[in-house]
Amino acid sequence: MTEAPIIQIQDVHKYFGRVHALRGITLNINAGEVVVILGPSGSGKSTLLRCINHLEVYNTGKIIVDNILLKSAQNINTVRREVGMVFQQFNLFPHLTVLDNVTLAQKIVRKRDPAEAKKIALDLLKKVGIEHKFDCYPGQLSGGQQQRVAIARALAMNPKIMLFDEPTSALDPEMIKEVLDVMLALAKEGMTMVVVSHEMGFARAAASRAIFMDEGQIIEQGPPEQLFSAPTQERTKLFLSKVLQI
Amino acid sequence: MPAPSFPKYFGRVFGGRDGKSVPPPDKGDFKLIPGNELPSQMDAWWWLVGAVVLLIALLMIFKPDPYLKIVRFVSDGLWITILLTVISFVFILIVGIIGGLGRIAKNPVIHFLATIYVECVRGIPLLVQLIWWYFAAPVAIQSFGKWINFAPMAEYRSNAFVLAVVGLVVCYGAYMSEIFRAGIQSIHKGQIEAARSQGMTYMQAMRYVILPQAIRVVLPPVGNEFIMLIKDTSLVSAVAMADLTRRGREYMSAHMNPIETWTMVALLYLILTLFFTRVLVWLEKNRGYEK
Repeated sequence: MTEAPIIQIQDVHKYFGRVHALRGITLNINAGEVVVILGPSGSGKSTLLRCINHLEVYNTGKIIVDNILLKSAQNINTVRREVGMVFQQFNLFPHLTVLDNVTLAQKIVRKRDPAEAKKIALDLLKKVGIEHKFDCYPGQLSGGQQQRVAIARALAMNPKIMLFDEPTSALDPEMIKEVLDVMLALAKEGMTMVVVSHEMGFARAAASRAIFMDEGQIIEQGPPEQLFSAPTQERTKLFLSKVLQI
Repeated sequence: MPAPSFPKYFGRVFGGRDGKSVPPPDKGDFKLIPGNELPSQMDAWWWLVGAVVLLIALLMIFKPDPYLKIVRFVSDGLWITILLTVISFVFILIVGIIGGLGRIAKNPVIHFLATIYVECVRGIPLLVQLIWWYFAAPVAIQSFGKWINFAPMAEYRSNAFVLAVVGLVVCYGAYMSEIFRAGIQSIHKGQIEAARSQGMTYMQAMRYVILPQAIRVVLPPVGNEFIMLIKDTSLVSAVAMADLTRRGREYMSAHMNPIETWTMVALLYLILTLFFTRVLVWLEKNRGYEK
C-alpha cells in the first residue's frame, strides 16, 4: 500500500489584491522527495512555498500537509511545527546568540527542557559545521554561516518537511557552496525538501523532481536532468537559456 | 601619470590607496556614522553635573539661610516627585505595550478602541486631564455608585496620589503606545515570519522575538518621555499634591523670597533630570548588539 503524499496541493488560487499570483496549482509531494522549483521572478514560486506553511493565506483550493488540512489557527501551528522553513534573508533573531536562536522554539513550542534543547542545538550546529560559533550573535557571522545556523534552527524542531526559499540568493558566491553542502547532506538523509532555487548543480545532484513555474502556473515538471537538457515547453526553454548563459 | 592623492581619511573609509593596506584608525579620524561613543558628550555631562552639584553645595554651605532651609523644606516634595515619576512610569510602560499592540492589531474592535484612546488623550492638555481626574472623576464615581447602588463606589473618597498617577498614566500611556507601535513596526517582517514558521503563536513571537528587539529601538524615545514625565509631574501641584513645585510655592509664600526659592527648585529638577539622563545612556549602551 502506498502512503498518501505528505504535501497535497489541490487547485490552489491566490490573489494579491487584483494580482492573480497562483492560478490553480495542483501538486503532490511524497515523503522523502526533494523538489526544486524554479522560474522567473514573480512566477509565484515563493508564494506557493509560503502557502505550504500558511505564511500566505490562499484564497481557494486545498493544501493538506501531513494529513492535516490547513484551515484553523490550531491546525496551522500544528503544521508549522512539522515544517521547517529557511529564508532568503536568513531571518535569524539578532538579539539572541546562535545557541539561543536554535533553542528558543524548542523550549517554547516543543516544551523541551533547556539542557535537552541545548544538547540538540549543539549537535545540529556541529552537523552544519558551526558549533564553535555558538556564543556569537548573528551580526558577527558571515552570510553563509548565518544561513547554516538558520538551517540548524529549522532542523531543531525535528520537522518532517523542510522548505527553502531561495536559500543562497543573498549569499556571496564563495559561501553558496557551504550552504548547498549542508542541504545536500540533508537530502541524502531522506528529508522531504521543497527548494525554490536556481542552483542547477544542487538540483542535478539532489533533486528527484524539478518544477518550472511561470505566471502562477506549473508549466513543466520532471527529473532535473530531463527538464534541464530536454525541456518540452517553449517558456521553459527560454528561461533555461537565460539562466544557463550566466 | 601619478595616482590622484586622496585626503588621508579616504584610506580609512574605502580601503587603502593601494587596495590592500588600511591605515590603523587614529584618534580624531572621522567616521561615516558616529556612534554614541563621542567623548565630548560625556565630558559635557560631567562638567554640567559637577557645576550644578557644586552650585547647590556652595549655596547651602555659604548661605544656609535661606538655601539650606529651602532644601530641607522641599525635600519631601522632591521625594513625592521621584515616587510619582517612577510609579507612573512603570504603569505607562505597561499601558504603552498594550496600546501599541492594540494599534497594530488586526482585530478591528481592538484597533478601533486603541486608536480612539490615543487620539482623544493626545488632544487634551495634560493639566486639564489631571484636573479632570482630581475634581471630576471622584464625583462621577460616586454618582455612578449611587445609581447602581454599590456602596464602595458611592462612598469613594479620592486619594490625590492615586488620581495623579492615573492622570499621568492615561496621558503618557497614549504617547507611549505610539512609540511602541513605531518600534514594533520597525522590526523586519521576516522576524515574525521566522518565529511563526517554527510554530510560535502570535503572542509568543511578540514576547520572545519582536518586543526584545523593539525595546532596543524605542529606548531613546522612551527615555525622552521619562525625562518629560519628571518635569510634567510639576503639573500635579495644581491638584493638591505636595510635590517639589508645590512645596516651593509654599516656601515662597511664607518667606517672600521668590528668586532664591525658584532658583533652588529649578536646580533640583535639573539635577534630577541630569541623573536620569545618565541612567538612560547607560541602559542604551548596555542593551546594544551588533546588527
